[in-house]
Amino acid sequence: MKSAFILSSAIILLFSAFTKFDGGKLPSATIKKLDGSSINSNTISNNGKPMIISFWATWCKPCKKELDAINEEYAELVKETGVKLIAISIDDARSSGKVVTDVKSKGWEYEVYIDENQDFKRAMNVNNVPHTFLIDGNGQIVWSHNSYAEGDEDKLFENVRKLAKGEKLIH
Amino acid sequence: MQLKLNIPLIFTVFILIITQKSFSQVEETPAKDFGSINGNFQVDAANYAIDTIIGADPGSEKFRYNAFGNINYTRGGFSAGARFESYNPPLLGYLVGNKGSGVPYRFARYKHKDIDVTIGNFYEQFGSGLTLRSYENRGLLYDNALDGIRAIFTPKNGITIKGLVARQRLFFGYSQGIVRGIDAEVNLMDLFDSTLGKYKTKIIIGGSFVSKYQTDQDPNLVLPENVGNSAARLTVIRGGFNFNAEYATKINDPSYQNQYSYRAGQALIASTSYATKGFSMMFSGKMLDNMSFRSDRDQTVTNCLINYIPDFSKFHTYSLMAYYPYATQANGEVGGSTEIQYKVKKGSVLGGKYGMDIVLNGSVFYALDTTGIASKTDSIQHAKYITNYSKVGNEFYHDANIEITKKFSKKLKATIMYAYQFLNQSIVQFGTRDKAVHPDVTSHIGVVDITYKYKSNSAIRFETQGYFGKYDYKNAKYETNGDLNITNNTGSWISELIEWTPTSHWSITIADQYNYNNPLVEKRVHYYYGMIGYTNGPTRISLSYGRQRQGIFCAGGVCRFVPSSSGLTVSISTSF
Repeated sequence: MKSAFILSSAIILLFSAFTKFDGGKLPSATIKKLDGSSINSNTISNNGKPMIISFWATWCKPCKKELDAINEEYAELVKETGVKLIAISIDDARSSGKVVTDVKSKGWEYEVYIDENQDFKRAMNVNNVPHTFLIDGNGQIVWSHNSYAEGDEDKLFENVRKLAKGEKLIH
Repeated sequence: MQLKLNIPLIFTVFILIITQKSFSQVEETPAKDFGSINGNFQVDAANYAIDTIIGADPGSEKFRYNAFGNINYTRGGFSAGARFESYNPPLLGYLVGNKGSGVPYRFARYKHKDIDVTIGNFYEQFGSGLTLRSYENRGLLYDNALDGIRAIFTPKNGITIKGLVARQRLFFGYSQGIVRGIDAEVNLMDLFDSTLGKYKTKIIIGGSFVSKYQTDQDPNLVLPENVGNSAARLTVIRGGFNFNAEYATKINDPSYQNQYSYRAGQALIASTSYATKGFSMMFSGKMLDNMSFRSDRDQTVTNCLINYIPDFSKFHTYSLMAYYPYATQANGEVGGSTEIQYKVKKGSVLGGKYGMDIVLNGSVFYALDTTGIASKTDSIQHAKYITNYSKVGNEFYHDANIEITKKFSKKLKATIMYAYQFLNQSIVQFGTRDKAVHPDVTSHIGVVDITYKYKSNSAIRFETQGYFGKYDYKNAKYETNGDLNITNNTGSWISELIEWTPTSHWSITIADQYNYNNPLVEKRVHYYYGMIGYTNGPTRISLSYGRQRQGIFCAGGVCRFVPSSSGLTVSISTSF
């Protein structure tokens, strides 16, 4: 049992390590805007410019640290690359009311949606938050990163700049 | 049973229709589009040791794991997927009922213009969940997925109608009952976009009705086989102002949890907030009476819950802050919480170069004021108690929190936090009135969290937490030998943590929680813990070793008791 288990984990790991990350286009799921109206996640776009999609929750400390860190240089990055950050909250009814108060009081200038039923999270195969994706100008998911450590935003910025110039991304 | 048997058939027919449809579309779609396959995988495995000092005993099964993997296929509006899960046996602290392996989740979904149909498993929520919420939290092994048919119809922009018939998941099998539900929501702004579009007030109204069916096999009671739960909700948004309310009422639903009371249930939850750049305030309140709603009336803990009653107390991420958490009391409670957030402006005396965030939060929850009815005088419906809504009963919980976050320079930032909490733990966590074993607890908790980013991609973080608990024995009964029963009194704790992130791929954590003044001297021990984590894109691997103290861990509105453990843990999470 134990060895079979270790073997299968190893195979999956190797498989994932050598697979080129190519997530395709954004899947279809219903998410809510902060004004309560619904949209389909596959209609999110940024007129041919790159996008950052960040899954977060009001109770997730690393998520808020990451979004705060990005916010410090967001205005500059938008000016330089035309990027747009889409923040997807996975808060449920316990805390979804806090999404708007957190976003406003933090002064985040992001486009924010609530994925209360977590359909979009499932469709994007997000296990844990924070989980950040990069979408290129053609709407292809080209990069993703799970968890946040201090300084991760530097690599994200570097990749956004590379994407805007059409260069290869780093992991 | 009938429903379960029909599903494979429906599944096949559905896939046939879809594939046929896609073949007919070959000419229109680019030849390359064969759809995409993606998925994820996570495993947490532990090899436990026996550690008598902290009372950690995994029994004879020392190697335990929780694992799952999803595979999804998507092509245009069609998607299908399955999840394999395996727990042989599950990690310590999870319900043993989870033991086993299988594919308890598989679905096919087709979404085209105004129609969205799912067969197989699905997750759904009506309003805030007072009538229905099927939900998963893999970290907690909470999964009450529905298995059946769901259709979502959007006849016009602004109108959404949902209908479903399904059975509910219970571990690797099914709950006894059948769940049927309908929900409708109207977004007035979207509906009358052309005429109302110029108005600034957004109004959304909704209503839902959920009925469950379970046969009555009780030899003594005449139990209702069909139980309905209905709700109405309203959302009003104008500028930075936001108002939300939902009221639900449930007909007689005797269950193990409500001690087979035939009383009807009701719940009201409401929240209002105001937010502007750099400032927000929010109030949330709720009252609920006999609102536990399960697809199997004899189930307990988190099994077979159809509805969800949100808890409004603060969601803590620091471990000692959540040592004695509050949890919704579905049998009856009244209370509320408030939160104010303020960002001190950049350039001000307090704000400095980067500004400063202040969060103030507090909550209070009480039992309902109820009076029991003697069985002799009770009506044939066995209501068992009456509620006096003009008063409240015993206090369950209150807390007050302050959290300040400040960035001092590009390299240095810090968070300090203080919380004061009171918990009536005998009722809230153990459902008993025995205050001798579970005394009320009052605690002061402090946290200092400092991050120093010494160069790009490299940082070191220091975290200190202190938990100072006071156990109230004034209502306690003494043991026969004159001593107090202090098995659940762990006194105070202090915790230290250092987390080093040398590069963005690696992180190393060492931590110690010290139970320095446990009333039992031999239990004044250190809980050392070390972890190495590696992250590359969507893949994260971590290896940890050490002791884990017992406690109650809550996330997503669900709490579970985790016993003491000691050992080596490996976690792998990836998506593709």
